[in-house]
Amino acid sequence: MNITLDADKCCAAGQCVLVAPEVFDQRDEDGIVVLLDAAPPADQHDAVREAAAICPAAVIKVDE
Amino acid sequence: MSPRRIAVVGASAAGLAAAEALRRFGWTGTLTLVGDEPHPPYDRPPLSKQLLQGAWQPDKLHLRAADQLDALGLDLRLGTRATGLDTATRTLTLDSGERLACDGVIVATGVAARTLPEAAGLDGVHTLRTLEDALALKERLSGTGHRLVVIGNGVLGCEAAAVARELGHEVALVGREALPMARTVGTQIGELLAAEHHERGVRLHTAAVDGFEADGDGPARRVTAVRTADGTRLPADTVLVAIGSEPAVGWLHGDPALDTTDGLRCDAYCAAAPGVYAAGDVARWQHPVHGRDLRVEHRMNATEQGMAAARNLLAELAESLEGDEALAPAAGRERRPFTPVPYFWSDQYGLKIQAYGVLGGADRSEATVVDPDSRKAVALYGRDGRATGVLAIGLPPRQVRGLRALIATPVPWEEAREGLRNALA
Ligand SMILES: Cc1cc2nc3c(=O)[nH]c(=O)nc-3n(C[C@H](O)[C@H](O)[C@H](O)COP(=O)(O)OP(=O)(O)OC[C@H]3O[C@@H](n4cnc5c(N)ncnc54)[C@H](O)[C@@H]3O)c2cc1C
Ligand code: SF4
Repeated sequence: MNITLDADKCCAAGQCVLVAPEVFDQRDEDGIVVLLDAAPPADQHDAVREAAAICPAAVIKVDE
Repeated sequence: MSPRRIAVVGASAAGLAAAEALRRFGWTGTLTLVGDEPHPPYDRPPLSKQLLQGAWQPDKLHLRAADQLDALGLDLRLGTRATGLDTATRTLTLDSGERLACDGVIVATGVAARTLPEAAGLDGVHTLRTLEDALALKERLSGTGHRLVVIGNGVLGCEAAAVARELGHEVALVGREALPMARTVGTQIGELLAAEHHERGVRLHTAAVDGFEADGDGPARRVTAVRTADGTRLPADTVLVAIGSEPAVGWLHGDPALDTTDGLRCDAYCAAAPGVYAAGDVARWQHPVHGRDLRVEHRMNATEQGMAAARNLLAELAESLEGDEALAPAAGRERRPFTPVPYFWSDQYGLKIQAYGVLGGADRSEATVVDPDSRKAVALYGRDGRATGVLAIGLPPRQVRGLRALIATPVPWEEAREGLRNALA
């Protein structure tokens, strides 16, 4: 799994962090998403897919 | 046996989320996605923000790249309008006259902008819901020195007013409510937003709009002013009518099994009838935790409810189509009530407003302005002695996320206040 972000689009909703806190974080200043792990281990994959699906700004792209 | 088919009507945020979830959860049958707009699914929140402002071009609004859409293997019908649904036979009718027999249908047709009858045929009067709307308004506001009157001081009107000011235009914001967004956010936060807009040079008026003044004839009739009921004349070359929206349920009126009063009415599972589900701005469903019908016009809800409707439809079909190959094993799921913690955000100037839970219909609210200069504030909203919603402006992300837990389920007012105090400490 490989994750890419179009962070420019991020509206700082933080939903990705709620769903997959080991993979995503937010910048303290403006809440823009930060990728902690672009190729997370298998036990994170479901959470990452969920985060990508739920993100209200279509920021997260997952290639499997 | 005819091939299995699920149709999703409305090819925007909720419809796309539903289609993706159907595939993710294992639907291998035909998946028809019907959308009356000509574009592949695009995102609306940036229309009143980055697109209007000029920071983004339309292609940035695509919700998915072409290869991601291809991977869904859709029977994609863009530029196609659904004109009827017979729930008894689950037959969908399209404007081409084609009739599609479906196993399941998800209605995600959203809402359409309301307008004023007096605006018909007047050049310079706009609404803002679609990409075309936004491009037309942006075009109109190109160059300098325009005089924009925004009718309606809800979220959309406030965002557009902010962008237009930042572009250097003269802006008047007219609302029946005295304070911007007050119906959603209450008076204290409304006052804070009023102060921000005022400081940025937006002229705020409280009045009902009476009509327009125009010059020219026929199709060349151009708006020159907005008249209000109190006799004020607000000069304008451009007007944005942002007075809310109507659920797009007109095409469903033929079916007596459906209740289309204020959106398509659903049960707690987002089901409107057997095999028929709804999601997004169009759906009014029974929120089990809040114990009343909600219809939520927020971007986050479109995605979450699209996913929930997909899951529940598949769970229902899994029972009736047991053993059918269109349902991969992954579909062995059970229906779950849809119990989201609603979330919305709005950007105005440098302010980021974020809210969790239910703010509307509150019988009490209490705001704390943490820093008046930077307009940093939080507010709590409640009903019948319980806190149901919380809002933050300018708070660090970690703190905002923490607020969600406070009202994830309604809690006694004092308990939420205490939690809020701790969260800010
Ligand atoms: C300018 C603007 C700014 C916004 N900003 C924010 C924000 O900052 N934060 C936030 O939380 N929310 C915001 N929203 C709200 C958010 O965009 C909506 O909640 C979301 O788009 C709802 O998605 P939906 O798929 O339910 O409906 P829609 O996006 O309305 O999509 C419904 C689709 O169905 C189509 N359709 C309708 N009838 C038919 C038919 N009979 N046949 C076929 N197709 C049909 C429509 O043309 C449309 O393409 C904003 C909305 C707008 C317009
Ligand atoms: S969910 Fe999407 S919009 Fe929200 S912080 Fe994460 S990436 Fe950004």
